[in-house]
Formats: sequence, structure tokens, C-alpha cells
Amino acid sequence: MFESLSERLGGVFDRLTKQGALSADDVKTALREVRVALLEADVSLPVARDFIKAVEAKATGSAVTKSITPGQQVVKIVHDALIDMLRGEGEADALKIDNPPAPILMVGLQGSGKTTTTAKLAKRLKEKQGKRVLMASLDIYRPAAMEQLAILGTQIGIDTLPIVKGESAVQIAKRAKQQATLGGYDVYMLDTAGRLHIDEVLMSEVQQVRDAVSPRETLLVVDGLTGQVAVDVAQEFEDKVGISGVVLTRMDGDGRGGAALSMRAVTGKPIRFVGLGEKMDALETFEAERIAGRILGMGDIVALVEKA
Amino acid sequence: GRLIGRGAPDAPRRVLDDEMLESLEELLIASDMGVDTALRVSANLAEGRMGRKISVPELKAALAGEVARIMEPVAKPLPIYPKKPQVVLVVGVNGSGKTTTIGKLASQFKAAGKSVVIAAGDTFRAAAVEQLKVWGDRAGVPVLTAPEGSDPASLAFDAMAKAEADGADLLMIDTAGRLQNRADLMEELAKIVRVIRKRDESAPHNTLLVLDATTGQNALSQVEIFSKIADVSGLVMTKLDGTAKGGVLVALADKFGLPIHAIGVGEQIDDLAPFDPEDFARALVGAEE
Ligand SMILES: Nc1nc2c(ncn2[C@@H]2O[C@H](COP(=O)(O)OP(=O)(O)OP(=O)(O)O)[C@@H](O)[C@H]2O)c(=O)[nH]1
Ligand SMILES: Nc1nc2c(ncn2[C@@H]2O[C@H](COP(=O)(O)OP(=O)(O)OP(=O)(O)O)[C@@H](O)[C@H]2O)c(=O)[nH]1
Ligand SMILES: [Mg+2]
Ligand SMILES: [Mg+2]
Repeated sequence: MFESLSERLGGVFDRLTKQGALSADDVKTALREVRVALLEADVSLPVARDFIKAVEAKATGSAVTKSITPGQQVVKIVHDALIDMLRGEGEADALKIDNPPAPILMVGLQGSGKTTTTAKLAKRLKEKQGKRVLMASLDIYRPAAMEQLAILGTQIGIDTLPIVKGESAVQIAKRAKQQATLGGYDVYMLDTAGRLHIDEVLMSEVQQVRDAVSPRETLLVVDGLTGQVAVDVAQEFEDKVGISGVVLTRMDGDGRGGAALSMRAVTGKPIRFVGLGEKMDALETFEAERIAGRILGMGDIVALVEKA
Repeated sequence: GRLIGRGAPDAPRRVLDDEMLESLEELLIASDMGVDTALRVSANLAEGRMGRKISVPELKAALAGEVARIMEPVAKPLPIYPKKPQVVLVVGVNGSGKTTTIGKLASQFKAAGKSVVIAAGDTFRAAAVEQLKVWGDRAGVPVLTAPEGSDPASLAFDAMAKAEADGADLLMIDTAGRLQNRADLMEELAKIVRVIRKRDESAPHNTLLVLDATTGQNALSQVEIFSKIADVSGLVMTKLDGTAKGGVLVALADKFGLPIHAIGVGEQIDDLAPFDPEDFARALVGAEE
């Protein structure tokens, strides 16, 4: 549905000065198209603006080698800058889960994929790292939310905290901590109810949960199809709860995933995993290169430039 | 008219120039309207106003008016037909709010004196059936279920027979969430529609696509492909109680012209409101009432 950046830049390429250094005008012209590409990929406006400004400074005056066109040069600079910004420090999937039992708190908007991701991650920790994991649902609001996690637990062979109706989220969290300690679990994962970033009551509930268990990791689970609101969501969850990483779900869709850039720009926290389906194995380690090509809608051209 | 913001006479006025126009475009882009539509809407607004003096509240009111004008023709409640049972199929991507919206709609229809039956057509997701059963209880409406993993098309077929036998006015069919680029899952949906039509050629009488307001430009692809596969007859946008503005609805109205029946404004049973183009437009541009 969307033009890829290469198509977009097609006409612009031809108008750029052929050799030598990229002039300020060339760069400006090309970056106008890049800005549109980013916005169509759902990168939040302020993030796109800052990104373009940074790239403009980098690109202006840079030498164009013989083997590629000026347009390709711009694309390469943009692509590299995107990867730089998307990539967090250290290994994306290296969670801090030493000191058993290590609590992992899962937070996010309604329907973003928290419960599914909780189960996927528990399965991964068990299979890849041999961890004993306990999962607990703190979702006392959504119909059958607790049952959903319990069923997933049974499917993947991961223990879930017995459901006790009438407890508060904090009480459940404390019970999970106790059971994880007594039961000799390495990790306990707390799946929370979906909440709006502007819902003060529910944001304060999750703060209380945080204070009760001091999570080693707090993962913000974000729908990869999220649009401009990504900046608000990232800002509020970071300010009010404090997150240690991000999981992007529904990246098996045909969305361009611009929310990834917004998340990174606003929180500075690493994107750790991407969800690639509803099945329990559909969770992969985040790779900046793949998302960068996708945001620009042009993985192929980038590969071409890299060969040049 | 009343769209011109109150207190506007006191607000400072300045000449509408390119810079001001650009900030309008950005306001629209930040609502998820998409670049093309945002440019078109702000260009329409600029016509006849460029170079004239205008205040920010006036400008926002005019912009809201422009958006409301585009949305007016698509603001239509869910049509009710004399056919019994009227079959309402509810579709959409994962987590958009289909099940919750069915619960809310069932409750409204019930309150309007209709007899409603719900079919739990999501036989895939863990506890999807249990979730819908709770909504059925809340709305006071029976929920027909099938075991997890069973064929949703045959459940839909059986549900039609049951709804017919019971003389129900409405049958609402929930479906599993599916991303529109998943050919296998879209074929499963196509099959549900085929099987429903086997029993009643005119059904489903409404196919509602439920869109999440936090979704960005992907909503365009959702509408395009779900329409192709399942002949979508109307839209519901959920989660407008957050800070997402749902500006993509403007692009959708422009491109597809599908009716927007309702909006979701919370997780409770009464949190479903009619789509009001003026309220929507004012919220979108951040204009005062
Ligand atoms: N295609 C796809 N679907 C996903 C992915 N992750 C989760 N889902 C689906 O998205 C829907 C919502 O997932 P949940 O895990 O229930 O989301 P949640 O955040 O726990 O939702 P609430 O608890 O209601 O806030 C379900 O249909 C999941 O199967 C993913 O990576 N890809
Ligand atoms: N804030 C808010 N939350 C909503 C709204 N509508 C639904 N939700 C929440 O969004 C989440 C997902 O809703 P569901 O009804 O389960 O979505 P679904 O489309 O049936 O999901 P799948 O069947 O997993 O694809 C739940 O936590 C709902 O409570 C709304 O209008 N506002
Ligand atoms: Mg959940
Ligand atoms: Mg559902």
C-alpha cells in the first residue's frame, strides 16, 4: 500500500548532483521524502523530526563515492542512523534474571499482547536457559484473563499461581513472590491487566505492584502496529512505572513498525523481543537491521548499497 | 455557527501563512490521519483563508469543521433489518476489541427489546470462550459455544440454526483475531462467510470490522483486505478513551466511505457510544467545545 523509500526517492535521486559531496540542498530535498516515509511507517512526529535533523547534519557535505548514486548515499546514511538508534546496548535478549526468584513485570495498553508474551517468554526461558518459571496473572478486571494465562501455562508446561478470586493485584503479586521463593523458582512473571497510560488509578496500582516486588525487568509490551500515540505511551509508562525494555508484538503483520523507533527515542530502553504470531514459539530476539529496512520499506535496496 | 470557538474575539489573530499551515498539517499527522490526507485537509482549509488574519481558536474550529464535513456521511448507526435472525459477524485483527464490543452491543440491543444470541466463534485463543460467556452473562444473553480447536464455520452454521429455531432477532458471531496478511486465517474467515451464506443468502447482514484507535496507518490495509475477504459493511473504533485520536478514520472515510457505527470508550458494558462527527473532529484537532 505504501511506496517504499526507494520508489519515493526515485525522482529525487535523478535531480541530485551526480558526484562529489552531497550539497545541503540535495540533502534537504531527499530528507523531505524520508520524513514522509517515516511518518507513513508510523514513526511519531516529534521522533521523525529529531531523527531527520540528526541525519541532515550527518549527510550534508558527505562524500559520494563513484559506485553509488547520491540518492543511494542518502539512503545508506539514513539506514545506518536508523540502525544506530534502534539498537540498544548489549545483547537484546539478555534479561537480568540472576538472584532467584527474579521478578519480571509485564505492562502495557489493553490488548497489546501481554498475556501471550508472558507465556511465550516463560517458555523461552525454560527451554533456552533451563529456568524454572512461575507465571501469575494480576488481571483482576478483564473477563477470563486469569484463565487465559492458566490455559497457556498448561499448554506449555509452565506453572501458574493458583487463582484466588477477590485478591488485589498487589496481594497476588506478593503471593507470587512468596510461592516463587518457597517453590524454588528462578523467575516469576507478573502479567498485569491492560491499562491506559493516562489512567491514574491503574497506573498507581502497577506502581504499588512494582514497589511490592522490585522487578528485575519491567517489560513494556507494545503492539507493533501502534501509530502516533506510541510516544505518549512510552513516555507515561517510563515516567510512572519505569521500564527496562520493550517487546513489540504483531510484527508478523504487514505494519511498518515505526513504533519501534518512537519507543527507543522516548525511553532509551532496549527493544528485547518481537512477537511474530499467536503460537507459543513465535517470539524472536529483536534485530535492529530487520526493523530498519522494514520502516523504510526497502530492505532490498539497503542490501544493494551495502554490497557497493 | 457554533463551531467558531467561544472567546475567539479576544484571541490574537495573525496572518495565515505557510508556517501556520504546516503546523496544522502536523496536528493532523499526529492524529494518525496519514500524510496525504493531512495535506489535503489542510489545503482545503487554506483555500480562501491564506493571507487573511485568523486566530488559533478560529483556525482550529474551522479545521474541526472541515474534518466533521468529511465524517458526516459515514456516521451511521448499525442498520437493523426485518430479517430474523439478523446475522452480525464481527471481525478484526488480534486484540482490537471484538469480544468486548460484542458484549456492549448485545447489552444495547437487549435494552432496546431485541432478543439476542451470541456465538463464540473464536475457537482458537485460550479462554476466548470463557471471556465471551462472562459478557453474555453481563448482557443477559445466551452464548453458543463449541470446543476449543473446533471449526468456527460449523459453529456459525449451527448457531444460525439455533437462532432461527429460537426466533432470535439478532445473532452476533465473534471470531478469532487475525492479521489481514495471514492468507490461511483469512481463508478461514472466507469459509465462515460462505457457510453462513449457505444457510441464508442474505447473511451476514452486517460484517463489523473492529479497529483499535491506537493503530496507525496499518488500519488502511486492514480495511482493504478484510473488505475484500469478508465484505465489511461497517466499522467500530475502540479505545478512543485513551489519547489516540483515531485520525486514520478520516483517511478511511475518504478512501472507502464505510459507515462508522460506534466507538469504544472504555472497558465497561456501557462504554460504547454512537460515532458523532463533530465531537470526533473537535477532539481530533484539540478544539474547545
Ligand atoms: N499475530 C499476532 N498476534 C498476537 C501476538 N501477540 C499476541 N497476539 C494476539 O493478540 C491478542 C491479544 O493478546 P493478549 O496476550 O491477550 O493481550 P493482552 O495485552 O494480555 O490483553 P489484555 O490483557 O486484554 O490487555 C490475542 O489474540 C493474541 O493471540 C503476535 O505477536 N502476533
Ligand atoms: N480502554 C479501552 N479498552 C478496550 C476497549 N475495547 C476493548 N478494550 C480492551 O481491549 C482488550 C482486548 O479486547 P478484546 O475484546 O478481548 O479484543 P479481541 O479483539 O476480542 O481480542 P482477540 O480475540 O484476542 O483478537 C481488553 O482488555 C478489553 O477490555 C475500549 O473501547 N477502551
Ligand atoms: Mg492479558
Ligand atoms: Mg476476542
